[in-house]
Amino acid sequence: MYRSHVLVCGGTGCTSSGSERIVEALERELQENKLTEEIKVIKTGCFGLCALGPIMIIYPEGAFYSMVKPEDIPEIVSEHLLKGRIVTRLLYQETVQEDTIKSLNHTQFYAKQKRVALKNCGVIDPENINEYIGLDGYMALGKALTEMTPDQVIQTIKDSGLRGRGGGGFPTGVKWSFAAAQPAGQKYVCCNADEGDPGAFMDRSVLEGDPHVVLEAMAIAGYAIGANQGFIYVRAEYPIAVKRLEIAIGQARENGLLGKNILGTGFDFDIELRLGAGAFVCGEETALMTSIEGHRGEPRPRPPFPAVKGLFDRPTVLNNVETCANIPQIILKGADWFASMGTEKSKGTKVFALGGKIHNTGLVEVPMGTTLREIVEEIGGGIPNGKKFKAAQTGGPSGGCIPASLIDIPVDYDNLISIGSMMGSGGLIVMDEDTCMVDIAKFFLEFTVDESCGKCTPCRIGTKRLLEMLDKITKGKGTMEDLDKMEELCYHIKANSLCGLGQSAPNPVLSTLKYFRDEYVAHIVDKKCPAGVCKALLSYVIDREKCKGCTLCARACPADAISGTVKQPHVIDPAKCLKCGACMEKCKFGAIYKK
Amino acid sequence: MEMVNIEINGMPLSVPAGSTILEAARMHGIEIPTLCFLKEINEIGACRICVVEVVGMRNLVAACVYPVAEGMEILTNSKRVFASRKTNLELILSTHNRSCLSCVRSGNCELQKLCKDFRIYDETLYDGEKPASDYDDSAVHMVRDNSKCVLCRRCAAACAKWQDVAIIGPNGRGFNTHIGTAFNQNLSDVACVSCGQCIVVCPTGALAEKDNTKDVWRALGDPTKHVIVQTAPSIRVTLGEAFGMHIGTNVEGKMVAALRRLGFDGVYDTDFAADMTIVEEANELVERIKNGGKLPMITSCSPGWVKYCEHYYPEFTENLSTCKSPQQMFGALAKTWYAEKTGIDPKDIFVVGIMPCTAKKFETKREDESASGYPDVDVALTTRELARMIERAGMYLPKLPDEEFDAPLGTSTGAGVIFGATGGVMEAALRTAKEWITGENGEAVAFGEVRGTQGIKEATYKIGDLELNVCVASGLKNAKKVLESVKSGEKSYHFIEIMGCPGGCVNGGGQPVQPTAVRNFIDLKARRAAALYENDESKAIRKSHENPVVKEVYETYLGSYGSHKAHEILHTSYKKRNRF
Repeated sequence: MYRSHVLVCGGTGCTSSGSERIVEALERELQENKLTEEIKVIKTGCFGLCALGPIMIIYPEGAFYSMVKPEDIPEIVSEHLLKGRIVTRLLYQETVQEDTIKSLNHTQFYAKQKRVALKNCGVIDPENINEYIGLDGYMALGKALTEMTPDQVIQTIKDSGLRGRGGGGFPTGVKWSFAAAQPAGQKYVCCNADEGDPGAFMDRSVLEGDPHVVLEAMAIAGYAIGANQGFIYVRAEYPIAVKRLEIAIGQARENGLLGKNILGTGFDFDIELRLGAGAFVCGEETALMTSIEGHRGEPRPRPPFPAVKGLFDRPTVLNNVETCANIPQIILKGADWFASMGTEKSKGTKVFALGGKIHNTGLVEVPMGTTLREIVEEIGGGIPNGKKFKAAQTGGPSGGCIPASLIDIPVDYDNLISIGSMMGSGGLIVMDEDTCMVDIAKFFLEFTVDESCGKCTPCRIGTKRLLEMLDKITKGKGTMEDLDKMEELCYHIKANSLCGLGQSAPNPVLSTLKYFRDEYVAHIVDKKCPAGVCKALLSYVIDREKCKGCTLCARACPADAISGTVKQPHVIDPAKCLKCGACMEKCKFGAIYKK
Repeated sequence: MEMVNIEINGMPLSVPAGSTILEAARMHGIEIPTLCFLKEINEIGACRICVVEVVGMRNLVAACVYPVAEGMEILTNSKRVFASRKTNLELILSTHNRSCLSCVRSGNCELQKLCKDFRIYDETLYDGEKPASDYDDSAVHMVRDNSKCVLCRRCAAACAKWQDVAIIGPNGRGFNTHIGTAFNQNLSDVACVSCGQCIVVCPTGALAEKDNTKDVWRALGDPTKHVIVQTAPSIRVTLGEAFGMHIGTNVEGKMVAALRRLGFDGVYDTDFAADMTIVEEANELVERIKNGGKLPMITSCSPGWVKYCEHYYPEFTENLSTCKSPQQMFGALAKTWYAEKTGIDPKDIFVVGIMPCTAKKFETKREDESASGYPDVDVALTTRELARMIERAGMYLPKLPDEEFDAPLGTSTGAGVIFGATGGVMEAALRTAKEWITGENGEAVAFGEVRGTQGIKEATYKIGDLELNVCVASGLKNAKKVLESVKSGEKSYHFIEIMGCPGGCVNGGGQPVQPTAVRNFIDLKARRAAALYENDESKAIRKSHENPVVKEVYETYLGSYGSHKAHEILHTSYKKRNRF
């Protein structure tokens, strides 16, 4: 028995902010103080509050330490763990309440969250199957194999209303029933762990924090459709996830939870990993399967759908990681429990990777139907530096921008689509008033142009031409005719592309055109970038009244574009100016401004 | 057959379940244009030219791959469909090298036809950055010009799925996607077999044979040269296509007339050399069987196959017949026996081969192919290049009179002419071998088991005391299957005929290009082959060893079959070539 448990986040965010060194320091310090028998250190998955990493929680007190540095460890050990005195200065400020510690669940960040898919993330040691089993792990598989028929499993998933969390939102149970209806024979279950949206790390966190839930869900799916082989297609860029999945598969096999005759029921199911090489398009289901088969990762036409003819031309079910993370709990707690959360057509919860201009960047899980305002202002803690909320981008490069006027929209699959965006896998990027929406559209399009596989004409060439038109506009060379041509091309690409990548690639352009058309017009007609982002359209000017002639700016200018004599107002030569902004940073009198 | 009811453009139709929209529409006379679609091997829905509207669906679908379903309502000619196809074309044009006037495919370019059909009035509409492209003329047989590539991938499919060679395919990603070899090496540095199947399926001028017509024009204009031409068996049944004639029309007489009018000093027939090949090769087979030589013996007429063997199955090079191909035998005899007979110095003899094949260009450059000390064949032209020469000379083939080949190298038999179809060499060899072994001098019998366009054919013939197991394969994918079955010991043959191209020379990589609108729906190889077998039937002599000129060559010059002199002039050698 240990008297204290120290949970250190081993997710990607905290690992990159140094949690490995925290664990090392902690173990060293505990050894020196001969506390290793009394205190257990556990490296867990992601807690969600990545902005405050490295994060550590000490139980039983529930003290939540944030931004811990290795040099803080001796103090934590000697004060907290030896003397029982909480190190107040390191506590997450929100949890400090006079002389007590407020439960994390009551903090603004966690209060409106509901952790279902992330249930075990930040709670268990992902490299120890016993911790997963200790929290009902593999109970659902046991229940399915011993108490339910495959049809009952499928019916339960159907009744729960679970929809695919990878972007499309197709009802999971229906998908399973299609594959189950195919004649018996070789079938496959695949898990799509090729999370590729820029800034998204929902699936990564599940894989790193709770890998067994994916294995369990895949085995359940295998039982439901009559498959005995699974593949997890995971990005090679997720080394921690890959390592933990490998460990998890090994442990599950050792424990008879994967392999032959699982739990003595006669059901065989095994899983292999396949590493993706980083192509975004390999997240598209047919491209993913083509890649697993060893070919160039490119989509193929549908129908036939994977449930009929998928991996190696056999019936295949493909589920995303987050979808998998919901399945064991649905089996255990029942369809009604799951369906009680969310909106009419979008049940359960959704994990979002909150990023951009927001206080609490990190991972959040909320019931479907939570409003964008709640996510941004309450959970996310609002916009830093007193700036105004301008828009939120959901769905990554396939999604769209939601303007401030729609901030009260309850977030679910259908609402997002109705306003020209999409759920996507759950990236949520917040933008403030300093963001140029034309530039944002260009940013996302650059991504899709780069990631287009090059197979079909509209995506290969059309997106490139769109990008060129956007580029022209951001340089002040666009015309109003270009705007119409661009819009037409957007609809063309959507309607003509072979796969979802091309069909959704114009969304960032179309949604910004819809909600921020005035910004496009400003770039074209006034040759101005209202947010002051597009370099070609702005110039730096010195206010003669405010300039004291201190020469700091002239000395900072790398291009010798500023001239003037000491104690006289200086001037910037626009022909020489590189628009780097160095002068503006240096000026002590606020005399330099962007125009 | 299970049928479903659909509507196309408001017309209620009953079509077989499981057919694609493209097939269903075509059954009822509704044409849908395609670009990337190549039946059975390239059904990828990539170019989006065949898009149609399905009522109730948000996006357009590719008719070439989308299956029909009960109650489906399809629009193939709606405003939205036309606009979509047009935009897709305009996008392709924005990356295309539009030097159409000087393009080898001007006039029979599939992209050009689509642009005409869709009334593209501004080819520069979407102009912008062009993808980087390379021009590769390193290989002897062909030129790749990526600036004209539309990325339909038909070439890659032909290379991978017909030939199982996969030497070219898509490299790079997105806008930078381009067709190339592994690591973008030169075509001459990779294990390309030179078959040219990629060229005949290319819709544009991105892939073309290396044009050697100027070498021939130069020779024709050189008074010191005695320029003679030989035409491969299959040319007579394909050349007409280049002039809009029906597929499978035999234009032998008109072809001869055209060649004579081009100024050749002798218009001869490779069929004669095919007869030579048969007697020499049949003799080799009998010798190998009698003396315990390496079996199975495999034919060596197809230079694409020979190169494939050297690259991919070097362990089988000893199985290859050492006989030169008919093209090379012709050249070898032209510069020895014929030179002696006519008293012309072999250095002044310029031998041109008109071949269905791009690998024949490579073959002329092989080692051990110069019996007289000079290359046996100076230039090999494809059927397409000959057609271009005829056009350039202002001749309209269909209007030319029928004329006959010159003597002596124009004398041939029905056995020689069927060389152009898969199974033809086998049948011709069997006709001779049977007679030699049994001593019976009967009617030429058809060996039906080895005829037909199937990829692999097998038969066992009882000839005298011998049970002869034979196999015929065409297309390198099939060749691979046969070689693997021999290697594993699963099959045991005495004699195998392998042709590099599916269907044999009639479907060679140097033949006239038929657009996919034809190719996808008509069995080219069967129609062309039928014309060859018809020609065989009409011949007075149908057995190679009965060819009077063949007899003369042996009696007056070579001595016996397989003699030392015959070996020096008519046989060659092979070597292992690297795969990587």
